[in-house]
Amino acid sequence: MNLDFSEDQKAAADELRRVLADYPGLKSSRAALESRAAFDRTLWQRLGELGWLGAAIPRQHGGQELGLEMLCLVAGEIGRSMAAVPFGSSILIAAEAVKMAGTQGQQRAYLPALASGKSIGAFAVAESAGALAPQSMRASFDGGRLTGTKIAVSDGMIADLLIVLARRAGELGLFVIESSDAGVHREAQVGIDPSHAPAKIRFEAARAEPLSALAGWEGVRRLLDRAAVAVAFEQVGAADAALEMAAEYAKTRRAFGRLIGSFQVVKHKLADIFIAIELARANGFYAAWALQANDASLSLAAATARVSATEALERAARELIQVHGGIGVTWEHDCHLFYRRAQHFGVMLGSLREWQDRVAAQLQSANSGTRR
Amino acid sequence: MDFEDTEAEAAFRAAVRAFIRGAGANFVPAPNATEAEIVGLARRWQAARADAGYAGFGLPESIGGRPGSMMEEIIFLQEQRQHPLAMVEIMTLGTGMALPTIIAHGRPDHLELVGRSTLRGDVVWCQLFSEPGAGSDLAGISTSAVADGDRWIVNGQKVWTSGAYYADWGLLLARTDASVPKHKGLTYFLLDMRSPGVLVRPLKQLGGRSEFNEVFLTDVSIPDRLRIGSVGAAWTVAMTTLSNERLALSGDAAVSRNLLAPLLRLAARTPSLDGRSLLEDSAFRERLASYHAAVAGVEHIAARISTAIARGGNPGAEATIGKMTLTRWLQSMATFGIELAGVAGAVVDPDADPDLYEVQQGFFLAPGYRMGGGTEEIGKNIIAERVLGLPPDIRVDKDVPFNHIGRGNTAEPRSPR
Repeated sequence: MNLDFSEDQKAAADELRRVLADYPGLKSSRAALESRAAFDRTLWQRLGELGWLGAAIPRQHGGQELGLEMLCLVAGEIGRSMAAVPFGSSILIAAEAVKMAGTQGQQRAYLPALASGKSIGAFAVAESAGALAPQSMRASFDGGRLTGTKIAVSDGMIADLLIVLARRAGELGLFVIESSDAGVHREAQVGIDPSHAPAKIRFEAARAEPLSALAGWEGVRRLLDRAAVAVAFEQVGAADAALEMAAEYAKTRRAFGRLIGSFQVVKHKLADIFIAIELARANGFYAAWALQANDASLSLAAATARVSATEALERAARELIQVHGGIGVTWEHDCHLFYRRAQHFGVMLGSLREWQDRVAAQLQSANSGTRR
Repeated sequence: MDFEDTEAEAAFRAAVRAFIRGAGANFVPAPNATEAEIVGLARRWQAARADAGYAGFGLPESIGGRPGSMMEEIIFLQEQRQHPLAMVEIMTLGTGMALPTIIAHGRPDHLELVGRSTLRGDVVWCQLFSEPGAGSDLAGISTSAVADGDRWIVNGQKVWTSGAYYADWGLLLARTDASVPKHKGLTYFLLDMRSPGVLVRPLKQLGGRSEFNEVFLTDVSIPDRLRIGSVGAAWTVAMTTLSNERLALSGDAAVSRNLLAPLLRLAARTPSLDGRSLLEDSAFRERLASYHAAVAGVEHIAARISTAIARGGNPGAEATIGKMTLTRWLQSMATFGIELAGVAGAVVDPDADPDLYEVQQGFFLAPGYRMGGGTEEIGKNIIAERVLGLPPDIRVDKDVPFNHIGRGNTAEPRSPR
C-alpha cells in the first residue's frame, strides 16, 4: 500500500514551490485583471527553461519524461501559486493531446516548443452554451482545411497552437491548427477569469492536421479524463491557498473584542473547507495513480477527482470572501481572484453537472455490469 | 504509487489469511445465536488470536502483545473484515483504548491485573465517561467520588455505555473535587463492573434498537489502588483514551454502511415524475456522484493514512474526517432515498422492499453515528484549532470553580460569588 508520492517527487515539487515563490501569482493574476499583461511571460519562460513545462514530455521531444504523477504534482504547485500562466491549456491539454494522438512527426514538430514555453497551446472545443456533447459539434474538416466557430477558448488569444475538435466525414476527431494561419480569426471575449482570457475563434478553411490516434467521442473523453486529473491538482492547489488566506485573516481580524477565528461559526466554516479539500486531495492521489498505471478505474477515478476538486475549490473561494466580510467584496482585494479562478476551472472541461453525470454513469455500469 | 504489499507485508497477510480462514471458521455465529452466545464467541476468538500471536498490536510483549508495525494491525483488520466473525469490535475498547491508557498513565500492577486478560478476551471493557448532563462538554461530568480511607465512594449516572451489561471492567471518569475549575477536579479509575451498587439498564434508541446502556452508580466502592494517575489529573488521562478512540473509529464504523448499491437498485425500479426510471433523473445522478466522491475520498484518505503508517509516520487530523463525512452523507442519502420512494417511503417493511429498508436503517442509525466518538461539532473545533491554528474559543467556565457553574439543563448558573 503506497498512496503517496515518492520522496524524490515531493522534493521536486518543493523545489518548484521555491521557484514559484519568486513570482507572486496573485500579482500576475491581478495584472491580467487590470489588463496590464495577459499572463506572466517571464515566469512561463522560466518554467520552460527549468524543465517544469516538459515534466511529462518525452526526452526525445525536449521534455524531462518524469511521468504523469509528476505532472500532477507540478499542476498542484502552479495552482497553489495562483499565477497567471496557461499551464492547463498548453501543457495539460494541448501537449497531452499531441502526445496521445499525434504521429511521431507531429510530436517532433510541436512538443519541443510546448515544453520550452516558446509555443503556447489551447483547446478549442465548445461551439455553444450547454453540455459538451457530440451532437453540439459542427466544425468540420475536409481536404486539409477546417471550418467552424469555437467559443470560450481558454488562453485562446495568446495561443500559438490550437487543438480543435471537429468532424471528418461525420466522425469526431482532434485537429491541430497554427493560430498564425490566414484562416484563423480570433476575437477576445471577456473572461470570468481574465488570467485565462477566452477567445472566440472562427476557422475559415484553416490549414489543419488530424491528430489521428484519438478518434471519436471516446477518444476525446480519454483526453478530457487525463486533463481532469491534472486540473484537479491545480484546483486543490488553489483551494489550499484560499484556505490558508482565510485562516490567516481569521487569526488577525478582530470583532466583538476577539479574533474572529475564535468563533465556532468561523471555525466550522474553515474546517468544512479543510475536509472538502482533503477528500479531493485523496481522490486526486488515487486518480494520479490510476493515470500513471492506466488502470481500468481511470474514467471513474478521473470524474470523481474532478467532482470533488471542483466542489472543494468553489467552496473555498466562496467562503474566502465571506470570511473577509466587506473588504472581500472590493475590486482591490485579492479574494475575487480565487472566486474567478474557481469558477473558470469549474467549467473549463465541462461543468460539475456533466462530470457528476459521468460518475453516475460509471457507477451504474459498475453496479449492473452493463454499459450505459 | 502502488497498491501492492511489500514482500514482508504480503507474507504477513498470507499467514493472517490462512489463520482466519482456518481457525476463524469456529467463531462465526449461527443466524439464531443469542447476544450472550455471540459475546462468548467474540471472547474466545480473541483468545485464539492471542494464542496465535495476533492480539495486542503495538502493545508490549510482557502482556502477550505484538509490538512493532501498525501496518500489521491494519492488514489483520482488513483480513478479519472479510469474514463474518462474531462482534470483533467489542474488543477494541480494551485493546485499543483501555490498555494504551493504562500503559501511558497507570502502574505496572494495573497492567499486571488486566493486561494479559484483556488481550485474551477474558476481560471486556466499557467506557464510563458521558453523562446525561455532560456530553461534548465532558469535563462537566458530575458523578462524584469521595475519599473514604483507602477507597473511594462513587455516586452518579453514566450514559451511552456500549456493552456495559457484559463488560467486566469500566474506565471511569469521576469528580473528586467540585471546588476547583472543572478540568482540575477529575480523577480516573478502573471500575470492576461486578461491584455492588452498579446497575446497568439498556437504553432504547430512536430507531428501536438498544446498542447502549445507562449505568447507575450508587455508593460504589473503588479501592484507591485502582486509580489511574494522580487525584485531579484525569483530564490528561482521558485525552489519551479519547485520542485512541478517534483513531479506532477512523478506519471503520460507518464505512460498511454504504448506501450506494441499495440506492442504485431502488432507483432502477422506481419511476420519476415523467415516468422514466429515476436512474435517468439528473437530480438523482448528481447527488449520487457527490456521495460517491465523498465515500471514495474517505477510502483514499484511509489509504493515505496506511501509507503514512507504513513509512513510520502517524496519522494526523485527517483521521477524524472519515467519520464526520460518512455519517453526514449517510443521513443525507438515507433521507434522499426515502424521498425517492415517495409516499411508499413512509412504510418500514423489510419484506416489501429490502433496499428501501436498508436505506431506512441508515435514516435511523445516522443521528447516533453523528454523535459517536464525539460530535462533529467537536471534531471541527479540533480541526480548526489543531490543524488550521485558529485561536481557542473563549471558555467562560474555564477558571470558575465547578460548583459555581450552571450545567446540563440548569436554567441559570449560580453566582460565582
